[in-house]
Amino acid sequence: MNLYEIVFYFFAIVTVGSAAVVVFSRNIIYSAFSLLFTFFGVAGLYVLLNADFLAVTQLLIYVGGILVLLLFGVMLTSNTISVELKTGTLHILPATILVALLVGLLTATFWTADWFMSKRASDIAAQTTSKEIGDALVTTHLLPFEIASIILLVAIVGAAMMARRENPKSQIPI
Amino acid sequence: MTTITLTHFLFISAILFSLGVYAVITRRNAIMVLMGIELILNSANINFLAFSRYSGLNIEGQMAAIFVIILAAAEAAIALAIVLNIYKRFNTVNVDEISLLKD
Amino acid sequence: MTTELTIALAILLLPLVSFILLIFTGKRYNEKSGLVGTAFLGADLLLSLYILFAKIPSEAKVWDFTFTWIDFHSFVNNVPLKLDIGIMVDNLTAVMLVVVTLISFLVHLFSLAYMKGDIRYSRYYANLGLFTFSMLGIVITNNYLLMYVFWELVGLSSYLLIGHWYEKKSASDAAKKAFLVNRVGDLGFFIGIMIVWMQFSTLTFDGIFSSIQNGNIPFNSNTWLTAAGLLIFCGAVGKSAQFPLHVWLPDAMEGPTPVSALIHAATMVAAGVYLVARTFPMLTADALLYIAYIGAITAFIAATIAIAQNDIKKILAYSTISQLGYMVMGLGVGAYTAGVFHLVTHAAFKAGLFLASGSVIHAMHHALHQVNDHHTDAQDIRSMGGLKNKMPVTFWTMMIFTLAISGVPLTSGFLSKDEILAGTLAFSKFSGHTIIPIIGFLVAGLTAFYMFRMMIVVFFGDHVDRNRADHLHESPRVMTVPLIILAALSFFAFYSFNPISASHGWFFENVTTPTVVVPESVSATSTEEFVEEVHHQHTLAMILSVSVAGLGILIAFATYYWKKISADAVADALKPLYNFFSRKWYFDELYDATVVAATIGVARLLAWFDSVIIDGIVNGAASVTRLGSVISGKFDSIVVDGMVNFTAYSAGFFGMLLRTIQTGKLQTYIVFALIGLMVLLALYI
Repeated sequence: MNLYEIVFYFFAIVTVGSAAVVVFSRNIIYSAFSLLFTFFGVAGLYVLLNADFLAVTQLLIYVGGILVLLLFGVMLTSNTISVELKTGTLHILPATILVALLVGLLTATFWTADWFMSKRASDIAAQTTSKEIGDALVTTHLLPFEIASIILLVAIVGAAMMARRENPKSQIPI
Repeated sequence: MTTITLTHFLFISAILFSLGVYAVITRRNAIMVLMGIELILNSANINFLAFSRYSGLNIEGQMAAIFVIILAAAEAAIALAIVLNIYKRFNTVNVDEISLLKD
Repeated sequence: MTTELTIALAILLLPLVSFILLIFTGKRYNEKSGLVGTAFLGADLLLSLYILFAKIPSEAKVWDFTFTWIDFHSFVNNVPLKLDIGIMVDNLTAVMLVVVTLISFLVHLFSLAYMKGDIRYSRYYANLGLFTFSMLGIVITNNYLLMYVFWELVGLSSYLLIGHWYEKKSASDAAKKAFLVNRVGDLGFFIGIMIVWMQFSTLTFDGIFSSIQNGNIPFNSNTWLTAAGLLIFCGAVGKSAQFPLHVWLPDAMEGPTPVSALIHAATMVAAGVYLVARTFPMLTADALLYIAYIGAITAFIAATIAIAQNDIKKILAYSTISQLGYMVMGLGVGAYTAGVFHLVTHAAFKAGLFLASGSVIHAMHHALHQVNDHHTDAQDIRSMGGLKNKMPVTFWTMMIFTLAISGVPLTSGFLSKDEILAGTLAFSKFSGHTIIPIIGFLVAGLTAFYMFRMMIVVFFGDHVDRNRADHLHESPRVMTVPLIILAALSFFAFYSFNPISASHGWFFENVTTPTVVVPESVSATSTEEFVEEVHHQHTLAMILSVSVAGLGILIAFATYYWKKISADAVADALKPLYNFFSRKWYFDELYDATVVAATIGVARLLAWFDSVIIDGIVNGAASVTRLGSVISGKFDSIVVDGMVNFTAYSAGFFGMLLRTIQTGKLQTYIVFALIGLMVLLALYI
């Protein structure tokens, strides 16, 4: 068992365990903080997959942006100022069966599939990808990059408009 | 020579995906549903990077993952704005209580 | 157009001007309208006299003005197809113009007093103008087309005049009857005109006659020529009240008496005779024979009816029919000039008789009004009597007219009647139809009898009611003057200086028999031979006619004056015959039973057919349609709607079914999506 495997299993356990806490925790605050560890775990997995830039981006955006947003959402939509911010659950049994089935199927699929594998896949040395990504974004992926910019712009404007405090005089009917 | 193969990563991704789905299905709170979605998106990203790494398409998979992250950020912002509006209107964020689509 | 023809046209148009003037301004100048009309007719009379005196010495046989009214620019049988119309004046026309305008003028004059205070005084004079205009149009035109137009105008104006007092049901009925009965004859006339038009492509008299003379016969058949002549004669049967269409004339007495004088003396009834005279050249021997018999039968029937009538105007009406029959008979036997001559002389004395009877009725009305008697019939001769001293002018003039109509020597009637009777004798000699002269003389006797019966009952003896007698007065001057003029015209001297024979008088010299144009094989006896024979028969005819007239007068005096013969006894003895005569040979009843009943029957049948069959079909069609619509409606509401509703229902049903899946909850949808994903994965594995 080399270092790579140890690191992989460590991050795998962190990711799956924290995700399980996120899902099964009754307290939404616990879920939110548990999600933080999931994102860390996933970022670690990214590094193992030779995606250092993605790992950093994952931390920056998910942990620094999305998770904070989710926490704000939790805070803003809780009508009671209580420590126990519990959330109800639905259809536990059918959902469990369903998800169990789903896991089985997915696993079976991944296991049985005859994936195309690069010959030297395991031999590729870890190297930084920031330069390549930067080149790609302004050359081959320029159009998706620009469209993504526009989507972000629209999302910012739309979110700001929807979430702002309503002016009684200019009520938008739903 | 490592024993960690593509399939390992795919298994992690599958578990993560299933947990996300479970959260989306079972949780009443809209914020929790969003968290489930984030889990699903992360599982997808793991898949992208794993295939990218093991199929020799190093940069392409990472580009896709970048766009997924961008969209996830935008989605999170929009979704939270919607959740806030729902909360203002129905005074709840429990998705099972909001079934306007039915009528 | 020559000056004379312009004047002739003026003669035609003056009464029309009078009519238009009076119809539009009559209401405002009600009292003056009579004078206006009379003045117009007076001028008309003077112009007519001028034309007569210009025409008779004229070299020209006829003054004619023709123009093409419509040119069809096509050819039929190499004859250009066009409608020529125009006016013409020959001697016959000139005489007729004077006759019509004279009688019309005198009637206008007479009416000034007779119609005084009438509710439609101006309308009456307007209609008189229209009537005169129509009659002058018939006389003056030179083609059948215009003649037919004026013919119908006469029918219309007679309708207006007979129905002048249309508030009286009998008057309006009589007007309708006159119009409708005339229409029957006019139909024949019209068909005759169409035959002529088809064959000759022209309607002018000259054109037709010259075409026939050139051997152009309808359908190359003499029978068709006869038929055409007889069909045209049908018009004359209607207008001149010949058997069997004579029934309208007695009823037409419902009109004012001066109107009767106008219609029955110079205008309407003369139109028929004039038509026969105009058509004379194209009449075949067969056609003339029919015409002669029709005339004879008419004369006889009317004379017998006249014997048994008590209404003074009815007697005169039947005497008119009888005399018209005489004229037609005269024309039929070929005595053309005699027939037309009788028309002229008869116009004068018959107008006089009617006007005189009008004078009597006027006086009777006045007297009855004075004694507040509203039940006695002012026209019934039995309620008169002894008027000789009360109304001397009327009496003497009427006596002259009666003598004239009876054919007593020195009168105009004697001259014309004599010629006709001589003609019938000559005719029977050539053709062997002896019944015609026999009827002729018989009718002459009957005429003398019934006319004197009327005279005696009305004027001789004592008046039936003393009270009333005191109120009887002679009519005013304006009424007696026309009588005196007409009485003067009933003397022989105006027509011939020879009191015994008119054959050398100006009339016979100038109004000669026109050249017959029909083919030799079907023409009647040639004119020269006929005239020769008439001369031979003249003396015999004269003797016979004077004797039968004298006999008739004698019997009349014996019966009604000296009372040697009891009229009632005779009537009782011959009761069926008397009833037969007094009921006018049951013609009205016959027509009521046959023609009218048949018409009404047919009308009822048609109404029944309409209401049952046609309506039935229509209603049947309607109900079938309705049934169809009901079925189609049911089909619509059950099948079509059912299908539509079923579609909608099934859509709704499946919607309800699927709706249960659509919970509106996010999680459910995700579950479905996941199940789909899993199915795909399962398939992949």
